[in-house]
Amino acid sequence: MEAGFGTHLDWRAVGRVDEIPRLGARVVETRGGDVAVFRTADDRVFALFDRCPHKAGKLSQGIVHGSSVTCPLHAWVIGLGDGQAQAPDEGCARTVSVRVEDGRILLGLPA
Amino acid sequence: MNMLAPRRRRLVLVGNGMAGIRTLEEILARAPDAFAITVFGAEPHGNYNRIMLSPVLAGEKRFEDIVTHDRDWYDRNGIELIAGEAVTAIDREAQVVTGAHGTMRPYDVLLLATGSNPVIIPVPGHDLPGVIGFRDIADVHTMLAVRGRAVVIGGGLLGLEAANGLARNGLATTVVHLMPTLMERQLDPVSAGLLKEDLGRRGITVLTEANTRAIHGIDRVEAVELADGTVLPADLVVMAAGIRPNTALARAAGLAVGRGVQVDDGMRSSDPAIFAVGECVEHRGAVYGLVAPLWDMAKIAADRIAGTAESEYLPAVTGTRLKVTGIDMFSAGDFTGDENCDEIVFRDAARGVHKRLVLRDDRLIGAVLYGDARDAAWYFDLIRSAADIADQRDTLVFGPNVGGADGGSGVESLPDTAEICGCNGVSKGTILAAIAEHHLTTVDAVRARTKASSSCGSCTCQVEALLKHAVGDAFAAGPAIKPVCKCTTLGHDAVRAAIRDQHLTSIPAVMRALGWSTADGCASCRPALNYYLLCAWPGANVDDSRSRFVNERMHANIQKDGTYSVVPRMWGGVTTAAELRAIADVVDKFGIPTVKVTGGQRIDLLGVRKEQLPAVWADLNAAGMVSGHAYGKALRTVKTCVGSEWCRFGTQDSTAMGIALERMTWGSWTPHKTKMAVSGCPRNCAEATIKDFGVIATEAGWDLHVGGNGGIKVRVTDLLAKVTTEAEVLEWAGAFMQLYREEAWYLERTAPWIERVGIDSVRTRLADAAQRAALHARFLQSQRHAQHDPWAERVAGAEAHEFRPLASVE
Repeated sequence: MEAGFGTHLDWRAVGRVDEIPRLGARVVETRGGDVAVFRTADDRVFALFDRCPHKAGKLSQGIVHGSSVTCPLHAWVIGLGDGQAQAPDEGCARTVSVRVEDGRILLGLPA
Repeated sequence: MNMLAPRRRRLVLVGNGMAGIRTLEEILARAPDAFAITVFGAEPHGNYNRIMLSPVLAGEKRFEDIVTHDRDWYDRNGIELIAGEAVTAIDREAQVVTGAHGTMRPYDVLLLATGSNPVIIPVPGHDLPGVIGFRDIADVHTMLAVRGRAVVIGGGLLGLEAANGLARNGLATTVVHLMPTLMERQLDPVSAGLLKEDLGRRGITVLTEANTRAIHGIDRVEAVELADGTVLPADLVVMAAGIRPNTALARAAGLAVGRGVQVDDGMRSSDPAIFAVGECVEHRGAVYGLVAPLWDMAKIAADRIAGTAESEYLPAVTGTRLKVTGIDMFSAGDFTGDENCDEIVFRDAARGVHKRLVLRDDRLIGAVLYGDARDAAWYFDLIRSAADIADQRDTLVFGPNVGGADGGSGVESLPDTAEICGCNGVSKGTILAAIAEHHLTTVDAVRARTKASSSCGSCTCQVEALLKHAVGDAFAAGPAIKPVCKCTTLGHDAVRAAIRDQHLTSIPAVMRALGWSTADGCASCRPALNYYLLCAWPGANVDDSRSRFVNERMHANIQKDGTYSVVPRMWGGVTTAAELRAIADVVDKFGIPTVKVTGGQRIDLLGVRKEQLPAVWADLNAAGMVSGHAYGKALRTVKTCVGSEWCRFGTQDSTAMGIALERMTWGSWTPHKTKMAVSGCPRNCAEATIKDFGVIATEAGWDLHVGGNGGIKVRVTDLLAKVTTEAEVLEWAGAFMQLYREEAWYLERTAPWIERVGIDSVRTRLADAAQRAALHARFLQSQRHAQHDPWAERVAGAEAHEFRPLASVE
C-alpha cells in the first residue's frame, strides 16, 4: 500500500476498528481530501481516497464485499487493497497505507 | 409344493455408463425382480450424463448437475455397485467375471457396455503428461486445472465442444483439424465456414488441413508441431480425433470382435449368455458414437434379456447438435446427396443463417441448419417419416410456420408421432400424454417423467414450448434460468423458496445453506437477499443496512457530486402553506442550492450534504413531514388529479382516493420502485396508465390498472379489475402489492414481472376473493412493521456513524 506521493508517511490515529461497521466504511477528512476507511467481514481494514477513478463517486458509500467495494454511482468494483478497478473497467483509486495496533487504526498520510 | 422362491438369475453389467444403466432401467421396468444385479464401473462414481461434460467444462453446469444415478439409486433398486474396479477377465466356461482388484462375480447373463476410448494418434510425444482425451469427468478436471494455451486435435463435435469449454476457461485455444472443413460428417462446407467464423469470434483459432507431426516436451507437453512445420506452444493437448470401441475385454474372452463387439439384431454377442450395448458394439458393420442409438439398443437388449419380446435393433437416422451455447446448428440424414437428389438452400448471410435441405423423390432425406435450428424437430420428423412433401416444396425451407406470425418453435404443427427428444427417443405424443396424465407444469417434471431433454438438453426449448402450449398459464418456468448473480447458480425463485422452506433468516445463513461461491456475496446479490428476507419475515428485524444500496441506507438520493437530495412525503400530492413555509425555511437555513418539483408531484431539495441530512430531516419532521422514500425500491408516490372536488369533469374524489392509497402503502419495500396514480375521470390527467398501479374513476366506480411503466421501455397498463367502492380499491391495491412483493424478482418492475408471469395469472389469483383477502392481510401485517419514519429514527440518533466522519486530521 503506497500513498500516491511523497516518501515520508505521517502515521495518524483516526479511530478504532469497531467504530467502522463490518462490511462498511467511514470517512476521514484530511488535507489531501476525504479518505474512506473500510472494514471487511473478517476485520481487515483498508483505506482509499474517497474518489472512484471513474466519476469520483464516494467509495465510502458503496457496498463492501470480499475485499472490494462497489461504487454507488455506476457500480464499478474497486479492489480495496490495490485500488484497481475490476475488468472490464480500467482505473485506479489512490490507496492510503493503514496499520492497526491494538484495535486502533493508523493512516499513513503524506507528510 | 415347493415354497422356495425360484433363484433370481444373476445379471452382471460391465461398464457403469449411460448405455449400460439405461439397459438396466429398461430391464427393471420389464421384470423388476427377475435378476440379482451387479455393476462394475472403472470410474469411482455413480452414473453421470457423459454428454453433459461439455457444459461442465464450459462452466455452465456442475458435476452434481449431471449425475443421473447416485449411490442411492443403486441401493433402492438392490443393485450391487462395484465402482472404481474395471473388469479384467471373463471366464465364459465358468460364467464368472474378475475385476482388477480380484473381485469375482458369477453370472447367468453378462451385459457388456464398455463404451469407447478416445483415439490417441500415435505421433511422437502422444504419451507426454498433458496430452489427454475428452471422455470422462477426470479429463474435465484436468482441463480445468490448466492455464495458458491449449491445442485441440480434431475439429469434430467433441473437439469443438472441448475447445469452446477451454476458451471459456480463459485458455488461448487452437483447433487443429485434418480435413478442409470442420465437422465434415455433419456440416456442409458453407455451414462449416460460418461455424469457423463463429468460433473465431469466441477467440478460438481454427487450423484446417493441418496434420499433427509430433508433440514436443520434456517433462510434459510444451508444443505441437504440424506437418507444415508450424509449432504451436501448448500447455495442454486434447486428442479429440474420434473414438474407438473398447473391445479389449471381449477380445480377450474370445468373443467375435471386429471394429467393435459384434452383436446380432437382438444385441447378443457370439456367446448367447453375453449381450453388448452402446459404443462398444458393432452392429451390421456399423459402430456408434451418438446417444440416440444407445437408447434403442437398451430397449432391444432389455426385451431379450427379460424375455419380454423378440424385438430387433434397426439403425435409424440420427440428428446432431453442437452443444456450444449460442451456436445453433442441427444436422441429420444425408446432407450431400447425389445426382438423383435436389437441394433447397436458404441463406441469410447478414444473420449468419444457412439451411440446406436434400430431397430425393419429393422426400426429405437430409438437412443442415446453421444459425437458426428452431425447426430442427420438424425437419427431423419429415426425414424419419419419409413423408411426401411435394406440395410443400415451395415453402419447405421456411419451416412449418411459414406465413404465420408467431415465429414459435413449430412444435404445435408437429404430428404426435414426431420425435422431440432425439437422445431418448421421446415423441410429442408421449410428452403430451405425460403432461395430461400427471398434471405436469415444469420442464423438470416432464424431464423426470419422460426423459425428454434429459440428455443433451438441446430440445429443452421444444419441450418448454409443448408444455406452454399444453398447459397455458399453468406453465412454470424451470429453475435457475437466470442466476441471481455470479455468486450462485440459483435463480431468484429457488432462493426465495429456500428462504421460506428452510426458514433462513440472515444473509450469511442463506449463503451457507445455498452454497454461495463468495464469502459475503456482491453488490448484486446482497441487496436482493436483504429484500427477500425482509419480505419473507416481516417484523423479524432482518434488515441489514450494509446490504442496502447507499440511497436506502442514507434515506436520501446520492447525486453525482456526492451530495444528496431530500424529498418529503406529500400525501397524494397535496400540500399546505405551513408545509411549503417549512420547506422554504429549510432551504434558506441549510443553503440548499436547488428546489425542483418531481415527476411524481413532490418537492425535491437537491444538493444537501451528508452531514446536514439529520438536521434537515429534523426541521421537516417538526412541520409534520416524513420521508418520501424517493430513494428506495419502495412505494414512491401516488400521483393524483384534483378530481370531483374541483374539476368539472371529475367523477370521483381522486385526491382523497390517492391519499388513502398512499397512507396504506407508504413505507413498504418492494422488489423495485413502485408508483401509483389516481385519475378522477377517464381523461386520466394523473397518467395512471403508465403506473405500477393506476386507478381511473368512472361513473360506475373505479378501474384498476397494473403493470404500466413510463421508463426506458414504455408500457401501458393492463386492466386488472373494475370495482365500485373505495374499500375495494384499497383491498385490491394491497393484494396486488403483496403479490408483487412475494413473487417478482429483485429489481424487476411490475411491468416485466407481469410480462413474465402473464396478466391472466395475476388477474386470476387476485379475482379469487379468498386469495385476495389473504394477500391484503399479509400486506397490512407487513406494513405494521414498515411504517416507521426512517428520518425520525435517524434524527433521534440511529445510525449516527453514517453521517459523521470518523475523524478529521490536519
